[in-house]
Amino acid sequence: MSDLNLAKQEPVFNTNKSMVYVLFGFLGFLILFPVLSPSQFLLHLMIMIFMHAVISQSWNIIGGFSGQISLGHGAFFGIGAYASSFFYVEFGLTPWIGIIIGILICAVIAILVGIPMLRLSGHYFAIATLLVGISFQVVFQRWDLVGAASGLWIPLTSEDSYYAMQFHSSKAPYYYLFLIFFVIIFFITWLISRSKLGYRLRAVRDDAQAAQSLGIDVAKHKIIAFAISAMMMAPMGSLFAQYILIVDPDRMFNFEISIIALLISVLGGIGYVWGPLVGTIILIPLAEYARIFFGGTGGAVDLMVYGIVLMIICVFKPSGIISLLPNHILHREKKR
Amino acid sequence: MQAVISGLLMGLIYALIASGLSLIFGLMEIVNFAHGEHLMLAMFSSFWLWALLGLDPIVSIPITILILAVCGIATHYFLIRYVLKAKMLVQICATFGLAIFIRSFAQFLWTPDFRNVADPMLSGRIEFAGIFIGQPQFTAAIVCLFAFIGLYWFVTKTETGLALQATSQDRQAAEVLGVPSNKMFALGWGLGLGCVAIAGSMMSSYFYIFPDVGINFSLFAFVAVALGGFGSILGCLYAGIIIGLVESLGGLLIDPSFKLLYVFAIYLLVVVFKPQGMFGRY
Repeated sequence: MSDLNLAKQEPVFNTNKSMVYVLFGFLGFLILFPVLSPSQFLLHLMIMIFMHAVISQSWNIIGGFSGQISLGHGAFFGIGAYASSFFYVEFGLTPWIGIIIGILICAVIAILVGIPMLRLSGHYFAIATLLVGISFQVVFQRWDLVGAASGLWIPLTSEDSYYAMQFHSSKAPYYYLFLIFFVIIFFITWLISRSKLGYRLRAVRDDAQAAQSLGIDVAKHKIIAFAISAMMMAPMGSLFAQYILIVDPDRMFNFEISIIALLISVLGGIGYVWGPLVGTIILIPLAEYARIFFGGTGGAVDLMVYGIVLMIICVFKPSGIISLLPNHILHREKKR
Repeated sequence: MQAVISGLLMGLIYALIASGLSLIFGLMEIVNFAHGEHLMLAMFSSFWLWALLGLDPIVSIPITILILAVCGIATHYFLIRYVLKAKMLVQICATFGLAIFIRSFAQFLWTPDFRNVADPMLSGRIEFAGIFIGQPQFTAAIVCLFAFIGLYWFVTKTETGLALQATSQDRQAAEVLGVPSNKMFALGWGLGLGCVAIAGSMMSSYFYIFPDVGINFSLFAFVAVALGGFGSILGCLYAGIIIGLVESLGGLLIDPSFKLLYVFAIYLLVVVFKPQGMFGRY
């Protein structure tokens, strides 16, 4: 993360003023949203949008910026969920600290896993991540300390509690929690994409050998990207665990999370800061409504939609929906 | 000894599945992430042929091969053809999307229930020198071995097979010499999935059939292909056997619930220390 400081050498905040106003207006709307809309379903929808936007942004860091395709990114989601819940269930430690522990654990695991794996490239790396994702699920299904296959059940508090991070009367506090992480993580990504780290990662993606010859330590930068990406995934796992209050290996290490992380980024536009957000806004309402509409058919319908969307995007628009935007908006982002 | 034999028998099946994957990869440098799902389709088609028409999985092998070959050629014409020149990321996403689609479509159509072919022609077990071998497993392994030899003979000895190899070595040069690469790709997909069809219909005699059945097999096939070297068909045979042995011996000696992890450990070791695989071209 030390490279992040180098961002200051560039004028970071010389963005177009109207863009800034639009962003702050949007943010203001998001902050007021729970007050304006009392519907719990809409709040749930927005929470899901924030969560998936961050999940796919995390994938975007490793997959979009540094070009390493991870098919098992859900592992970090699960680790984050388990970390905060485990410390709460076993030691009564507040999830606020649990989230930070989860982030640190994910960073360590990402570095340990990344050192052998990021020497691989292309297909080899993709297959290795697929194996890692499933291995973690297998381990957690058998690990008695964390409840093996039945998982951890977070004890319910009788009333809303900030210490235990449980809110039963309304979804609004969860909404704000997810909103805070969403804003922070998108801001960090935006900084990274403008920093030297961001440029170096893209250099590694576009031509690893050329980047190496220019003095960029390719392996180190891939590992940094992997660790940052894992650290973004972890708090989402922890928050989601607090949101549904059950942590079990089938749900938290679900393959679907890895798929969605990849799909949303590809749909929105790989390597763009706002790509994951565009993808999420399109896909998540679609998936939630499909789930309601086809309710009881075994839950495979949304996955089917994901598969079809992924294939269609690959065939017709590999650069993602965001590339349909007018050129001058897009171009400004591309230049960063 | 029992574990060694059963690992060996399983390994031959892995070898055939992996050789289909390897053939496709060697030809067009696309990893078919939907390979396990195609295997699942093969198992389901032989199941349905048994359930609806009363054909035993052994008898229906040719039909299953035909179905899967058509399926492979269709995959090529409707999906792969469009992403041939795209970036690797797009290719991975395309076959990965296909995998998700096939798996969830199967779940949608046929529910995630476990099914099996009741009372198949091959059943029971044979005893040889104190070792019990399930007859369907034994036959499956033998058939896979023969199919493998047949594939190897086809690719290395016949004219079409040589044309396949030429395309995989240098697409443009082969095209100059009059080998239409598009047809060769379609042939490769047909052959690759034909291998899967044989393995799938042999296994449907003794395996439970459900929509997620392919995941483990495709993972093992990826490992076998990486182990043997991408694009090397003979390498798949050795790699498949090694994986089968590691799986069953690891299960016997350490803990059977972690057998995926042993195979994964081998993958990491091989790929980190000898990235071109044992017999790889690349």
